[in-house]
Amino acid sequence: MTATMTRPVLRAGAPRWGRVLPVLLVVAAVVGYLVFRTDAAADSEDAAAFRFFTQVRDWVDANRDTSPVFLYGVNYVRLGVRLLVDAVRSGLSGLGFAGLVAAVTALAAVLAGWRTALVALGGFLAFGFLGLWTESVDTLVLTVSAVLLAVLIGVPIGVLAARVGWVGAALRPVLDVMQIMPTFAYLAPMTLLFLIGEPAAVIATLIYAVPATIRITELGIREVPVTTVEAATALGSTGRQLLTKVRLPLARPTIVLAVNQTIMMALSMVVITALINAPGLGQNIVQALERVNVGAAFDAGLAIVVMAVVLDRITAGAARRRAGRWGRGRWAAAAAALVAVVVVALLPIGEDLPRVSFAAPVNDLTGWIELHWYDATEWLKNAVSAGLLDPLETVLTTTPWWLFVLVVAAFGALVGGWRTAGIAGLAAAGIAGLGLWQHAMQTLATVLVTIVLTMAIGVLLGIWSARHDWFAAGLRPVLDAAQTMPSFVYLLPAVALFGASRFTAVVAGFVYAFPPVVRLVDRGLRDVPATVVEAATAAGSTSWQLLWKVQLPMARGGLLLAANQGIVMVLAMVVLGGLVGAGALGYDVVAGFSQREDFGKGLAAGFAIVLLGILLDRLTQGFHHAKGPR
Amino acid sequence: MTSTITVEHLWKVFGPKPERVVGTELAALPRAELRARTGCLAAVKDVSFAVEAGEVFVVMGLSGSGKSTLVRCLTRLIEPTSGEIGIDGEPVREMNPRRLRELRRHRVAMVFQHFGLLPHRSVLDNVAYGLEIQGVGRAERHRRAGEMLALVGLDGHEQQYPEQLSGGMQQRVGLARALAIDPAVLLFDEPFSALDPLIRRDMQAEVRRLHAEVGKTLLFITHDLAEALTLGDRIAVLRDGELVQVGTPEDLVGDPADDYVADFVRDVPRSDVLTLKWIMRDPAPGETVEDQPLPAATVIRDAIPRVLGAKLPIPVVDGDRRVGVVDADQLLPALIGHHRQVPV
Ligand SMILES: Nc1ncnc2c1ncn2[C@@H]1O[C@H](COP(=O)(O)OP(=O)(O)O)[C@@H](O)[C@H]1O
Ligand SMILES: [Mg+2]
Repeated sequence: MTATMTRPVLRAGAPRWGRVLPVLLVVAAVVGYLVFRTDAAADSEDAAAFRFFTQVRDWVDANRDTSPVFLYGVNYVRLGVRLLVDAVRSGLSGLGFAGLVAAVTALAAVLAGWRTALVALGGFLAFGFLGLWTESVDTLVLTVSAVLLAVLIGVPIGVLAARVGWVGAALRPVLDVMQIMPTFAYLAPMTLLFLIGEPAAVIATLIYAVPATIRITELGIREVPVTTVEAATALGSTGRQLLTKVRLPLARPTIVLAVNQTIMMALSMVVITALINAPGLGQNIVQALERVNVGAAFDAGLAIVVMAVVLDRITAGAARRRAGRWGRGRWAAAAAALVAVVVVALLPIGEDLPRVSFAAPVNDLTGWIELHWYDATEWLKNAVSAGLLDPLETVLTTTPWWLFVLVVAAFGALVGGWRTAGIAGLAAAGIAGLGLWQHAMQTLATVLVTIVLTMAIGVLLGIWSARHDWFAAGLRPVLDAAQTMPSFVYLLPAVALFGASRFTAVVAGFVYAFPPVVRLVDRGLRDVPATVVEAATAAGSTSWQLLWKVQLPMARGGLLLAANQGIVMVLAMVVLGGLVGAGALGYDVVAGFSQREDFGKGLAAGFAIVLLGILLDRLTQGFHHAKGPR
Repeated sequence: MTSTITVEHLWKVFGPKPERVVGTELAALPRAELRARTGCLAAVKDVSFAVEAGEVFVVMGLSGSGKSTLVRCLTRLIEPTSGEIGIDGEPVREMNPRRLRELRRHRVAMVFQHFGLLPHRSVLDNVAYGLEIQGVGRAERHRRAGEMLALVGLDGHEQQYPEQLSGGMQQRVGLARALAIDPAVLLFDEPFSALDPLIRRDMQAEVRRLHAEVGKTLLFITHDLAEALTLGDRIAVLRDGELVQVGTPEDLVGDPADDYVADFVRDVPRSDVLTLKWIMRDPAPGETVEDQPLPAATVIRDAIPRVLGAKLPIPVVDGDRRVGVVDADQLLPALIGHHRQVPV
């Protein structure tokens, strides 16, 4: 009797604890906050970390031409990259305006078909019409250089990671961290090592883009069917023959996709490297943003988007093409295209085209919006700022750092176990140690508000899109377009609507991060097996019951992944928002580039951003692994 | 006469530290228990057999019985745990990588269940692959590949790509690819299991024809008894990695070694497989018989008209020697008689 009584109690006990713990944790955190809250003293201008980084900088400056590390290592890397950039530049500029337009068009035609060729032709002509030819070529040169390096380095490493167990295992955590590093965080260390300018920009871009090259290449090699490899082995292929005749050709479409992703990421980063004095379209945007002149930035933004679309179409088209299926006709076409390019390049066509600029109309439009929508935009901005941003920021900034570390660690233990707790807790403590507590908490508040808004709206749209095919079909091109746009461009509409403020960063972060969230939610819901849905429907569920009790719980893996991806993207964008009035860590980083005496603080801010990214990623990722399906 | 393939005490154990299983008391354990005790899985357990030159040797067993593992051990696509393998008398397990590659390139070819074709190569270049990696020149390998394609009835499809062909045609490409290196031994791992029944029958006929034409030694894996009976000169039955019985089709049907084999052959129409040898009886003393005898190797079905038409029992002879007699009383049980058991 007693046995039968106690057993169910014991069994019910475990899940109840699971539910009570988070509540206890929240209560403890609130009590702890109320007891220990501080008065949010501003960060010191002279923290130990800043001084340390400044000393490092001074040491580097003093030893740049004497220390063997620089003489025989860093400086050679810098020189090599410089030579590469110059070679690429002389190649692309050497073709001249008409030659380059013709070359890109011909490349598109051969690799991806005539439709894409028309897009390429129009796109590259547009650079000339916009009067941004030189800047566009500069951006292209940096992108091409970084992509060349990324492919040269990333593809072999990806193959190695797929084929050699320990290489893959050792690389995984490294790539994980590289991929959550917000673009901004790379820049300061790069300038420290490589000075400002093109080599630093290319190397920063390389570091930003190469994880995608490695990851996708590795995936492609791993996906080669074992049956095919086995058949080739049974015929007596050597290891090298297996690689060159079986694995690489079979993985080719995926590797081209890796190149495509690498290009998109590189372009996005190259634009941002304008902040460390890299030439190109990014410069136009940075200068315009600093003056909050949306119209002036618009032309450059348009050129960037056009370049992204053209490069994306060409490589995506190439990925769809079958390898080795080049009949005689294609080779003939390629040869003809080459001849045409040479002829056009020799023709005396200059870039003195009629100028088209959207600056004036766009400024008119922003003026009009300011005039007529002022009340609405201002109301929205103030509502979110006063209702969400300010209270959260106050709570976070007045939390003593040790309490924050404890809460983060406890939450980490809850969602992902001790490892997660340790990593997240250390990251939090590290932020405190960098002496940028207030700024980090301000940035965190903005990120949290943005991710909540993004998830709320993204999940709604995702559900809607999973339930209505017409909506999904309509949304797809918008999401596609949004995902090819380099992140910098997202700041423009946000600035146009809301001027320079924290809220602008919220809006840009939302616009940047919601497409993948919608995608992942939509996919997660659609991946729920039709048979399960059918069974639930047969049991008489209404469609809302179906959604709440079957589809959403089953899609939780997708939802958590969406939250994880979203939060990393939001962080990257919010930091970028430092350029347009969001202040905090992002501004510290930018200030570090421009003012010598702020270098230490800027570098510290870069590290704080990385730590914040690791913290947020671990907490959401831990959640994903611990509670997601499988 | 030397055998083309010899396998002696072959073991393949998957799992942690597989060497500790063979030759210890663990080796005697049934699969499930071994797995529970050690986490190892004995996919092939102490298998020995020999395949004669020109023979079609079929290995049959349920899925999971270790057939694929066994056939892959022969050219060390899977490294055996212990035992000896000989091909044309040469010990395969002692070959260095280079010699092993030579073996795979020139002497033993394999046809796979899932074809394993290279999707980025044309049919012709798929068939030529084996020659290409040997370093045969382009013109020569294309010529030979073309011949092989003609041999398997695929002329005209040279420039197509695998995905443009039906499953049956893809497997013909796989077959041509194996034949192109002119091997002495062909290994088939359930080559037709993924095909529709009608196509499968075509392909079996194709294999019989090719065997008659090119006369190679064939080792054929299948889980399909009908296929085994149609193709096999001899059949080996594998259960849980162990060889249960090796024999001609009629050995298996007429004298199954245990319930597992008996279960397998239960639904086989016995009169199609068994010969008179299996049903004849001794003549009663002083019994009068027909004049014209029947050879003992006559399949029962073929003897039906004679036996039913005759008034007297018919003598059965093996060469010149009379070994027994047969009449309708023996015939009928074999005709009606695969006793289908009704499950209770
Ligand atoms: N690489 C492997 N690692 C572990 N177990 C394996 C491996 N390959 C096959 N097995 C196991 O060995 C047994 C025999 O497999 P297999 O030879 O493929 O059987 P069959 O071809 O007769 O279906 C199966 O239980 C299978 O799960
Ligand atoms: Mg098998």
